[in-house]
Amino acid sequence: MSNNEFDVIIIGGGITGAGTQRDCAMRGLRTLLIERSDIATGATGRNHGLLHSGARYAVNDPESAEECIKENMILRRIASHCVDETDGLFITLPEDDLAYQQTFVDACRKAGISAEVIDPELAKRLEPTVNPDLTGAVRVPDGSVDPFRLCAANMLDAKLHGGQVRLHTTVTGFIREGDTIHGVHTLNLNTGQERDFYASVVVNAGGIWGHDIAALAGVNISMFPAKGALLVFAHRVNNMVINRCRKPANADILVPGDTVCIIGTTSTRIPFEECDSVSVTPEEVTLLVTEGAKMTPALSSTRILRAYAGVRPLVSADDDPSGRNISRGIVCLDHEERDGLKGFITITGGKLMTYRLMAEIATDAVCRKLAVDKRCETATTPLPGSGERSYEEVARKIWEKPSTAQKAAAARLGSNASRIRTRNRLDEALICECEEVSMGEVKDAIEHLEATTLTDLRRRTRIGMGTCQGEFCACRAASLLANAHGCVEREREDLKGFLQERWKGNFPIGWGDTLREAEYTQWVYKHVLGV
Amino acid sequence: MKLQEYTSSSHNFEECMKCTVCTAYCPVLQVNPLYPGPKQAGPDGERLRLKDPFFFNYALKYCLNCKRCEVACPSGVKVADLIQAARIKYDNAPVKWRDRLLASTDFMGRLARPVAPIANAVTGLGVTKTMMDAMFKIDHRRTFPKYSPYSFEFWMGRHEKEQAAFSEQVAYFHGCYVNYNYPKLGKHLVKILNALGVGVQLLDKEKCCGIAMITNGMKTEATKHATHNVEVLSKAVDKGLMVLTTSSSCTLTLRDEYPSLLGVDNSGVRDFVMMATRYIYEKLEKGATLRFKPDYKKKVAYHTPCHMEKLGWGVFSEKLLRMIPGVEFTMLDSACCGIAGTYGFKRENYEASQAIGQPLFDQIKSVNPDVVACDCETCKWQIEMSTGYTVMNPISILAEAIEYEKEK
Repeated sequence: MSNNEFDVIIIGGGITGAGTQRDCAMRGLRTLLIERSDIATGATGRNHGLLHSGARYAVNDPESAEECIKENMILRRIASHCVDETDGLFITLPEDDLAYQQTFVDACRKAGISAEVIDPELAKRLEPTVNPDLTGAVRVPDGSVDPFRLCAANMLDAKLHGGQVRLHTTVTGFIREGDTIHGVHTLNLNTGQERDFYASVVVNAGGIWGHDIAALAGVNISMFPAKGALLVFAHRVNNMVINRCRKPANADILVPGDTVCIIGTTSTRIPFEECDSVSVTPEEVTLLVTEGAKMTPALSSTRILRAYAGVRPLVSADDDPSGRNISRGIVCLDHEERDGLKGFITITGGKLMTYRLMAEIATDAVCRKLAVDKRCETATTPLPGSGERSYEEVARKIWEKPSTAQKAAAARLGSNASRIRTRNRLDEALICECEEVSMGEVKDAIEHLEATTLTDLRRRTRIGMGTCQGEFCACRAASLLANAHGCVEREREDLKGFLQERWKGNFPIGWGDTLREAEYTQWVYKHVLGV
Repeated sequence: MKLQEYTSSSHNFEECMKCTVCTAYCPVLQVNPLYPGPKQAGPDGERLRLKDPFFFNYALKYCLNCKRCEVACPSGVKVADLIQAARIKYDNAPVKWRDRLLASTDFMGRLARPVAPIANAVTGLGVTKTMMDAMFKIDHRRTFPKYSPYSFEFWMGRHEKEQAAFSEQVAYFHGCYVNYNYPKLGKHLVKILNALGVGVQLLDKEKCCGIAMITNGMKTEATKHATHNVEVLSKAVDKGLMVLTTSSSCTLTLRDEYPSLLGVDNSGVRDFVMMATRYIYEKLEKGATLRFKPDYKKKVAYHTPCHMEKLGWGVFSEKLLRMIPGVEFTMLDSACCGIAGTYGFKRENYEASQAIGQPLFDQIKSVNPDVVACDCETCKWQIEMSTGYTVMNPISILAEAIEYEKEK
């Protein structure tokens, strides 16, 4: 067999693509995943990181709600190292209609979501940062999930099942014979190398960019790019997810994610041309802080770390200008049935929460085409790293007396933390001090998780995600990358790009104390690090 | 609406910009690689601890609580407070008997004072030191402070009437050291204040400030002491009295540690608690005068205790000493002596403690003064033990240099 022939090629290294590759690989197919940037660069990495219970959709979109709660329970089992089981509250504020609570609870129960009405006093004890004026509270099985880790774990498992991954590689065209797709032309953006790959089926899992990929293949899918803006706060203010108990609206979810918490979102339709360069406006920041402070008053005086935005890959259904009412439902298009184009499937719509189900649906479609009769096992087979019940157990199993960085690594990698080298003190030296990432962990990401740039490293290890946004760790990690690929010049460019990207998130929030902090950081860059 | 003009977080940990200046100023980090350093242990660690107490690191116990990190921080992060607060909150290990013993300065003082000569002789014996080392891990190389046969409170009781005769009055928080070990320092303060026309009175039964309890994880006991002390300080403040002190660590504890580490509100008394050197200096600035002995001569090297640096008041002690005719003054480099209260007494910290102090000891030896001046009693023990030079509180030097007939 030639090394450029596969059963299936998946385009898009988001969670849907990675999940689909894993499922295909587990069913014995030869798979290749192609991603023009890095894993989880689109909507996968640009959301709340909320492990939805489905409660948010229960009233308006019961189908999505049911999917969510099922996948929620599955992810707790198969991806325990990516999930933080925090539980969530749906709170009613004095300005909200308390009558909605009953509608909400009924809808939740119908969808199979446990929704327990609790006394506001109990809610305050469970989550002391919640607005003390709340008039009602419902407890639901929300949580948080780390999309980067989840995506990396899927990719890793696909590779363990023989899958191949090509990151920083873009699809420049399709290899087409008549009405059949046979493969893709690609260009490696790091090396400039052009290559063709062949497969019986190509799966388009490009998220919002799936629109362009389909166009490249000559078919049209009508997507609805809806931008959502979010703010990251510099520390974990709340320990439970906090939602507003009302019809879904702007800035009404606050999610604790690892060492930070995230408020979002907004929803605005944007033109396709802007999907690659979305930015957050000052109005959006104001809206997010003002609304967020209603749920958790401390947010009005908590430092904002950065602002960011993602684009939801919604599929158009009607003329809803904001996209709020579009179903978050899964759309799987077999272009042979739909457009008469053989060997091409698009999987889109859906959401981070339902990625596994999307992957299952897409893989079922692939298997039908290839006449492969294998059952999906992704709902029961744990992802690599999630063998243990808790990161406490992981850390204690690997190290006799784990350091803070080792504990943090266990929380990030699960049982895969055992891969981290601790041969000498250098391996234990810290690269990122905010998030406690050791040199050993960074080297592991370079060796085992396909990290070739600083941004790749950030997604896999959290370097540069802390309060200093890459002040020291960027330079330290850059030297490791330069060593790994033997080129200082390329790494210098990478460092420049990385710091620019970090600054980008700072611009929309640059005032008050944050501005002072940014100014001081600038001095450190200039005068201490000589950047 | 002015959004987020100022941001705040507990002990300001979020204002940390990771510039690492605190780490450069940490005396422990330079000698003990097991210590993660103030930034790591403080603001960095705090973010992880907020996620889960599991991320608490027991190496935080190596922190001296010297507060040099806080003095260095350009962003106002209360680095040392964060570390101490984390130790109080997350370190669930029961307090060792040894630490209880060391921290209970008040209790030990009361126990030892009636039998002071015997206690002093016994603690000075090699066999006792070996035993304490074996039993409690209190390092055998340490010299213990001597106990006084009478307490300062007892002495003040006998001079109450005479002090009340002065029209101007201050209260004095003497602390355990003056009461049980060295009442002379208290007497020196009384002499100076009397010479300035000010009478001294005791608080209504002060307790140990509790700093050693805080650093040894005895929060409940420390909070009891703090609550009691704020109460008796309030009584004095209500009478319109300033409360003077002669120990920089007691002062820092009364003023800053009570609210930030124990959550005890001292806002009503904080501004009235002051080092005596500052009070005296300000009085002299305003025109009061002292009569100095014409033939007084002394070469003095002043060491600023870490907690004095944190208070920002070392300058008052310095100015007072420089004011004394006949004093040849040398300002020693800003450095920690390494003892940090009970820290250096613990066997596991002895080497680090001495290594931290070494640059200071070397400088003292090269200056070769008649006496080292310092506002902290534990610095005094450390410097005396490690260099052989005598250490005096600036108050004692000043008292020695002035003429005042009514001296008792």
